[in-house]
Amino acid sequence: MNPRKKIFKDNLFKFIIMIFSFVSVTPLFFILFQIVRNGISSISINFILKLPKGPGESGGGILNSIIGTFIIITIAIIISVPIGISAGIYLNEYKNRFAELLKVIVNVLQGLPSILIGIIAYLWVVKPMRGFSALSGGIALALMMLPMVIKSTEETLKLIPHSLKEASYALGVSYKDTILKVILPSGFSGIASGIFIGIARITGETAPLLFSAFGNPFVNLNPFKPVDAIPLLIFNYAMSPYESWHKIAWGASFLLVAGVLILNIIIKMAGEKWKVKF
Amino acid sequence: MKKLLLFLTITLITILLPINTFASVNLTGAGATFPYPLYSKMFSIYYKATGIKVNYQAIGSGGGIRQLLSKTVDFGASDAFVDDKGLKNFPHKVVHIPMCAGAVVLTYNISGNPFLKLTPELISSIFLGKIKKWNNPRIKELNPSVNLPDLKIVVVHRSDGSGTTFIFSDYLSKVSKEWKDKVGRGKALNWPVGLGAKGNPGVAGLIKQVPGAIGYVELIYALSNKMPFASIKNESGNFVKPSIESVKLAANTTLPDDMRVSLTNTNAINGYPISGFTWILVYKDLNKAGLSMAKSKELVKLLWWMIHTGQQYAESLHYAPLSPKAKAKAERIIKNIKFGNKTLLK
Amino acid sequence: MKEDKIFKTTLIMSGVFIALLIILILYSLFKGSYLSIKQNGFNFLTGKEWDPVSEKFGLLPFLVGTLLTSVLSLLISIPFALSIAIFSAIYLKKSFTGKILNYLTDLLSGIPSVIYGFWGLYFFVPIIRKLEISLGILPYGVGIITASLILSIMIIPYTSSIAREVINLVPSELIEAGYAMGATTYDVIKKIILPYAKSGIFAGILLSFGRAFGETMAVTMVIGNSNTLPKNIFSPANTMASIIANEFTEATKNSHLSSLIEVGLWLFLITFVINFIGQTIIKKFAPEGGK
Repeated sequence: MNPRKKIFKDNLFKFIIMIFSFVSVTPLFFILFQIVRNGISSISINFILKLPKGPGESGGGILNSIIGTFIIITIAIIISVPIGISAGIYLNEYKNRFAELLKVIVNVLQGLPSILIGIIAYLWVVKPMRGFSALSGGIALALMMLPMVIKSTEETLKLIPHSLKEASYALGVSYKDTILKVILPSGFSGIASGIFIGIARITGETAPLLFSAFGNPFVNLNPFKPVDAIPLLIFNYAMSPYESWHKIAWGASFLLVAGVLILNIIIKMAGEKWKVKF
Repeated sequence: MKKLLLFLTITLITILLPINTFASVNLTGAGATFPYPLYSKMFSIYYKATGIKVNYQAIGSGGGIRQLLSKTVDFGASDAFVDDKGLKNFPHKVVHIPMCAGAVVLTYNISGNPFLKLTPELISSIFLGKIKKWNNPRIKELNPSVNLPDLKIVVVHRSDGSGTTFIFSDYLSKVSKEWKDKVGRGKALNWPVGLGAKGNPGVAGLIKQVPGAIGYVELIYALSNKMPFASIKNESGNFVKPSIESVKLAANTTLPDDMRVSLTNTNAINGYPISGFTWILVYKDLNKAGLSMAKSKELVKLLWWMIHTGQQYAESLHYAPLSPKAKAKAERIIKNIKFGNKTLLK
Repeated sequence: MKEDKIFKTTLIMSGVFIALLIILILYSLFKGSYLSIKQNGFNFLTGKEWDPVSEKFGLLPFLVGTLLTSVLSLLISIPFALSIAIFSAIYLKKSFTGKILNYLTDLLSGIPSVIYGFWGLYFFVPIIRKLEISLGILPYGVGIITASLILSIMIIPYTSSIAREVINLVPSELIEAGYAMGATTYDVIKKIILPYAKSGIFAGILLSFGRAFGETMAVTMVIGNSNTLPKNIFSPANTMASIIANEFTEATKNSHLSSLIEVGLWLFLITFVINFIGQTIIKKFAPEGGK
């Protein structure tokens, strides 16, 4: 093939790839732009501090959902982080067939559609407890966050050189203290990033909460009672016909996306800052 | 890291525990979207008056019944009463307390927002997918002065388990044999055509956006969204517009003691044919239902308030308040709600 | 020594706990579906009717709805996802622009599903509606095509990040040898990189397929919620995930609830198989310790 044709083909290909790549990220800008444009006018002190109004009434805020989201996420963190880190350590320390099987299981857990987690939360927590609650929502989100924490712990620990462990043993430190006080802290940045990535993901999850948190027009601090959450609110209000509720949903979306973006930035920056280099 | 978690857990517990011991009773309910604007208003006023928080989630009548069955809520709300077969599913006896009556209206999206006249035959044909265009001669013949567009009809129905659907399909089953055989009555149906939307709000919202759409919603949803609705030919041959008056006329019928009665296809001369009661469902024995004594007392107080003081908010939201006959029956039902063998209401 | 033993036991217990979780999840799904399995049998898989009134339940409308939306969204997203992967891993390798491109793609995956649904409802749906009006068909706006379009945007980051990693694994000697022989970048991509990374890219596509299959919120909000078998891509429909989201809290009859859980069971099994195959291929391609 003559070289001119070759070069033309090469450049054409590059051009096409560039266009496609550019087009792929434009929806991101569209979405962000429209969320900011529609949502920013709803944001005010009242929006954050007040309770919602009834259907068709204007004004009102989303205090109940903000607090509800915080409570549910805190519960999810409390449940998933200790268990996740332990399991992650286990996967890194033990190399038997059960550990291999467990890795597959963790992947299965991660791939579970979120609606199924909702069903499980209903069957395991809501029904026996005879009620919807922040706790069931927190458990549902913990189920979603677990595989992320496990995987990031395992992968972070894998990168830590064996020599660190051996040095610790040589100094007479017990196995337990080696893991907890030497290895884990040096993997802190990776594990912390994994946890924050998990938090960013579950903050926006709605499906697991559909059958567990239930919703609540009032602020509720009792984890054994129903609670509202920002993604739930967006879902309910988005599908309603009321302009006033749409405005609130845009404002809530703005808060949610802003929160997730900020978390993402923290992860990127902190990941670099706290990283222990070998 | 672990220290942080421990700290978080302890803070959470220390903050939440004392608040909960001093917290007043909260009631949880779920169900119909049909009366949601009224209940939402009632509960917000009740909170201001008594400090009792009532958490009501409008997830559809089916949801109200299912969650009451599972005992995950204190009360359920439904515009579809539970039939004898369904009552057997419940672990204990359930009572129906009527709260108000409302109209299921046919609303649509045609330019000019005309008020149309429809017959039961037309409605069932449209929802069966047999009449496909707005300028169909049968519709034109009934509405000669309306400029009906050459637009395809988009049917909108409920995607969730709905009491509004029950009232609507109950009516259609009475007036159309074909509907009764093909689809039947129920809260969740095997719709032959159309789009589904969640809740009365969802249906209203979707109709507003789709040109040529038609669907069924409770009257207040059409009014508050400034959507037109149809006058329907009733049993007596009159075209009746849905209103508080025409619903009241339909509700003025023989009422059984347990108040489980359908108001559709009324034989009241000027009654609106697609009317229905909406009920709050609770277990007759609240102790068996798993409520505490304190909660049971508050629940019964709430119900009593709703059929008395609460009724004043109905008409401004275009619901028909309970007639004296209906109220008397409702009072009897509430008085018979017990906690074990103790009566709750003095 | 003793505290080490306690510590080790805790570690093992946490591993066992995770394994138990999956077993219990599977068990719960089976137990919940038992009534439906007994009543519907194999007809459940081929049944076209979802009728809570007569209590006849069939999975087919939702299976078809899910397949149509996932396959369509996959087909739409592949050229875009691969382009990003190729662009950033080859042309922009190690450059700042490449990093930004990767970052933006990751952000796409960070936007919550419910927000995709909300945005889709207010900006995409009217556009599709106008398209349908100009084509002379029912102006639903919502339906399979809308859900597929939104879904395709959502899964681009998954395919592209795996493709990117796989492309990075192609031995640089092979690539440099190609250039040394006078190949253009296009040639190198077409004849060296893609063939080598083929199976890895396929695995990435498979995993995205699994993701699209189980996606709930965005789909529920724009798919039209119709329980009939979709006729074409403009039809409203329901997916296995969206029918559960719509009807679960409200299924008053036990048979209805059990059938919904059976839908969940099938959803679990199908996504498990898809993900398992995808993960196995990736493991073969990038064995432990490699990167």
